[in-house]
Amino acid sequence: MVPINEIKSKAMPLPLPNIDTDQIIPKQFLKRIERTGYGDFLFYDWRYNLDVPDSVTPNADFVLNKPEYQGAQILIAERNFGCGSSREHAAWAINQFGFLAVIAPTFADIFFSNAGKNGIILVRLDDEQVKTLMDRSIKNPDHIITVNLEHQTVTDDAGFKATFEIDPFRKFCLLNGYDDIGLTLRHIEDLDKFEEKHNNEFWSAPKLATK
Amino acid sequence: MSTPKTLFEKVWQQHLVAEPAGEPPLLYIDLQLVHEVTSPQAFEGLRIAGRKLRRPDRHIATVDHNVPTTSVEDRLHIVDQIASKQVQALRTNCADFGIEFFDVQDASQGIVHMIGPELGATKPGMTIVCGDSHTSTHGAFGAMAFGIGTSEVEHVMATQTLPQSKPKTFRITVDGELPFGVTAKDIILDIIGKIGTDGATGYAIEYAGSAIRALSMEGRMTVCNMSIEAGARAGMIAPDETTFEYLKGRRFSPQGDAWEQAVAHWRTLPTDEGATFDREMHIDAATLAPAVTWGTSPGMHATIDGKVPSLDDARSDADRKSFAKAYEYMDLQPGMPMEQITIDTVFLGSCTNGRIEDLRAAAAVVKGHHIAAKIRAMVVPGSQQVKRQAEEEGLDAIFKTAGFEWREPGCSMCLGMNPDILQPGERCASTSNRNFEGRQGRGGRTHLVSPEMAAAAAITGHFTDIRKWKSAELNLATKQMLAEGGSL
Ligand code: SF4
Repeated sequence: MVPINEIKSKAMPLPLPNIDTDQIIPKQFLKRIERTGYGDFLFYDWRYNLDVPDSVTPNADFVLNKPEYQGAQILIAERNFGCGSSREHAAWAINQFGFLAVIAPTFADIFFSNAGKNGIILVRLDDEQVKTLMDRSIKNPDHIITVNLEHQTVTDDAGFKATFEIDPFRKFCLLNGYDDIGLTLRHIEDLDKFEEKHNNEFWSAPKLATK
Repeated sequence: MSTPKTLFEKVWQQHLVAEPAGEPPLLYIDLQLVHEVTSPQAFEGLRIAGRKLRRPDRHIATVDHNVPTTSVEDRLHIVDQIASKQVQALRTNCADFGIEFFDVQDASQGIVHMIGPELGATKPGMTIVCGDSHTSTHGAFGAMAFGIGTSEVEHVMATQTLPQSKPKTFRITVDGELPFGVTAKDIILDIIGKIGTDGATGYAIEYAGSAIRALSMEGRMTVCNMSIEAGARAGMIAPDETTFEYLKGRRFSPQGDAWEQAVAHWRTLPTDEGATFDREMHIDAATLAPAVTWGTSPGMHATIDGKVPSLDDARSDADRKSFAKAYEYMDLQPGMPMEQITIDTVFLGSCTNGRIEDLRAAAAVVKGHHIAAKIRAMVVPGSQQVKRQAEEEGLDAIFKTAGFEWREPGCSMCLGMNPDILQPGERCASTSNRNFEGRQGRGGRTHLVSPEMAAAAAITGHFTDIRKWKSAELNLATKQMLAEGGSL
């Protein structure tokens, strides 16, 4: 994972509650064997006109397709973002589309942990604060918002300032760009030492047939 | 003397790599089993990050979920392009990362939870993971085994460890003798019914007691397999002579001196006298009866001489709601006697009941009979080894003569991810483990039962009390098979 601290960007407003992972990425994409390329399928059913078979055209009304919001690295949504199935593909799709932070009043549990594992800062603000930012981004697509992870703040040029909570361990991981594997590898000395001893405990080897 | 420990506690402690402050403990993983569906992104993750697979010798892979079971030809040329691509991806990934791979027609191919034990790769005291929730099966050997997600699969590939919060312990003691016609499947269904499908969430279960000890390894695997259906992280059974007998001489089992030393270690694993559990439950085996699920979760079952429960039997409002929904989906009326439910399809197989002993038990019921009119019945051995053994014992002939289809090994109709699926409205007596809506195909209706009960239902066309199954006849068939060289 890439270390992440300050995100200064315009924001894409998605003023809906309960956006579930099936909307974020529909189940037909779970059969893919790749880890990448999910950005193209983010919000698939909303993003494309699917009524005409065999002709997938972008739905010009959907915010993701509006030219003025291109390049936004922050997504703003309402309550309970990421509910539904546990698919990690939802976090992959959001991240691979280019979002580095999502601002909402609440997030679903499993999505919350999946996002953390995939380099996305989830910013929980209260309803009022989210509404303020949402309105400003709707009115002015070029409205710039700054999310600072180290200081746990969200600010803009129009005087908005809020702080947010984040689990210290998750914050540490995001700031340092540690994915869970990177984190475990901090214990590589312990691991090497353990493994050296454990290798001799042949009862634990799946395939070693003799000693 | 050190403080008495549970089996779980011993295995846990022997695998602790680190216990960093403020983080979950890091656990060493002895074996990761890999299959085609949950592994491709994990391999790609390694490639993207430029990481190596740390211990290829601690991985084995096979294909099971996607492979057709109709014929060898269909397996070698899979028509479904997505399935075919997943199988091919696993082939390439195993070659690239040096993992031993048991391909579609390999003599050791089979459902991933069948082949670990068959090869002797699954052994007591190990930690075992797989990107599949029924990994708990391997706990039957006194291993700590649990299912994981794709990111975790990658994590194990890269580090051979997993950060894991420690589950609580739960001992379920089943004492006494199982009545005639009652099987391991009925034990575990009874447990799930009693504690609920989330009753063991956050726990590692140890199954103990004389009824568990009396089970064969196959029966123990059936019990541990469905631990996850009660929400448990893992299910374990202490290793004993039955375990050692099963493992001796298998391909990956230790040999010679190493075997003796391994057994000596394994004997230290069972829970010490006086060790305490966070939770305990006792069941009297003599009170159990053959179970049939009627609803859309494994906890929704009745005994074969019982009825579809009424709303008044529901324990909570949430249960009442799911009962109502299940009546509708399953097209059943409350109060309907279980024996009157007629079926269209019989599926004998899966990692729950696709083992040789299961097929023998079903064959003993079927022998000398023919399946009822309009019934579609299939036997899908869980592995190539089971298939070969069954054919050597002539079980395939018994099934075929009775009108069953005899298939190639794989997950088949357990999950409807390959061509074997139920049609909407079709009703199936199934020896698998999940009766969720749509599990065996959209609109399909699943009733979970033991292999014996599935076999009897195939013959009569409706659920039938195996305890009344022309017992004399059944005993005769059993004796005959024993005389013919099968062992029961
Ligand atoms: S047989 Fe069924 S439960 Fe077992 S691994 Fe295959 S799909 Fe999963």
